[in-house]
Amino acid sequence: MSSAHAAAEPRTTEDSHAGAVHPHIVPPSVLLGVYGVLVLLTVLTVAVTGVDLGPLNIWAALAIAVLKAALVVLYFMHLRYDSPFNAVVFITALLFVAVFISIALMDTSEYKANDDPPGTRMMMTSQNGV
Amino acid sequence: MSTVESNAAVSEAPDSHAGHNHDPHLAHHFDTPDQQYQSGKLGMWMFLGTEVLMFGGLFCAYSVYRHNHPEVFEYAHQYLDKKWGAINTIVLITSSLTMAWGVRAAQLGKTSLTVVLLALTLLGGAIFMGIKSIEYSTKWKEQIFIGSNNNFYADAAETTRKPAVEKLEEEHLHAMQPHEAAPALTKVEPDVTDPNAGTPDAALIKPPNITPAGLSEKTINAGREVLTYDELKVHDRHRVYTFFAIYFFMTGLHGIHVLVGMALILWIMLRARRSEFGPTYFTPVDLVGLYWHLVDLIWIFLFPLLYLIH
Repeated sequence: MSSAHAAAEPRTTEDSHAGAVHPHIVPPSVLLGVYGVLVLLTVLTVAVTGVDLGPLNIWAALAIAVLKAALVVLYFMHLRYDSPFNAVVFITALLFVAVFISIALMDTSEYKANDDPPGTRMMMTSQNGV
Repeated sequence: MSTVESNAAVSEAPDSHAGHNHDPHLAHHFDTPDQQYQSGKLGMWMFLGTEVLMFGGLFCAYSVYRHNHPEVFEYAHQYLDKKWGAINTIVLITSSLTMAWGVRAAQLGKTSLTVVLLALTLLGGAIFMGIKSIEYSTKWKEQIFIGSNNNFYADAAETTRKPAVEKLEEEHLHAMQPHEAAPALTKVEPDVTDPNAGTPDAALIKPPNITPAGLSEKTINAGREVLTYDELKVHDRHRVYTFFAIYFFMTGLHGIHVLVGMALILWIMLRARRSEFGPTYFTPVDLVGLYWHLVDLIWIFLFPLLYLIH
């Protein structure tokens, strides 16, 4: 989108001004609307903690957080109106964090839980000099 | 940040190649201001990507630890003040709004509005850090800090419960449920009179605290179960302090980012006051804004993950 502007610009240093930068200016209605939704979602995430959903509680909290984050990124950070390449860069980073965490979780699930009685643990920790 | 700075360096040295018909902010290695603007933004997003990766390490530590010891998180998070956390979330979201609006004002060339909105954003950061320092100093006073400065650490090292932790916990549980009658809080004392308690040998033979009475008690708070220290498995009690290590490192690194963000906002606010920004040049405002929103973004995840554990 904006990169299209860059391509459309004449490749000359002659045009020094004249609206050379064409950013997307987010209208106040969008800013305020996003803000309102963010506040509502914050209230919602606090409220949902008081409801027992069992193992779903963490997923509900994460889903709300992801939704809030998406709103901030798309509108406050203009990513929706930006060159798609910026989104590629950002999403790549997120993907790598996801890979990192999921492989770490897969790995840690492979080990027996450390349920040793405290005495054993004490010896272990004192051996490690902790 | 380096992106922002290098951008500023570029913008502040326009005279070095004056004489051309350049836009004063256009560096000579860019063809057009738009190309320069897009490049700056791309660089900033790459930097934000590395920031995400850096916090990713801490989120990974959090995930692995919570996956392995869910009860530790369920118990220890009760020491964090949900109210302050929620207020801080709203404060940061609000400062994100003023920041985004500040970028808009800068794009439209409304100098005084830009300055006011940046000042409000700065105020939001200051309120956030103020609340954070209230939280931190409370924890410090209660000796719930990192490593050996944590009562739960001492507890883990001595295998029997330290009176300090016990007192602390009772105060906290009282504070959390003032309507609750005292009987629900009376705990079965761990066997501190046992002459062998606390010595490693005794612990090996008979782990302390695993008494039927000590494990069965549940405190009911408005239909919701609150995990008490006695209900924690012994090996989980020894890990409670690690929750606080994770808490302090995650919120601490985030706090450092808030401080850096505030410094950057102050810097562009002063530049905006000198009317340096307008429709043709507002890149620093935009990029500092991106940084500030990322700080908000991280907090959006930290708040439910640390304060709102069910």
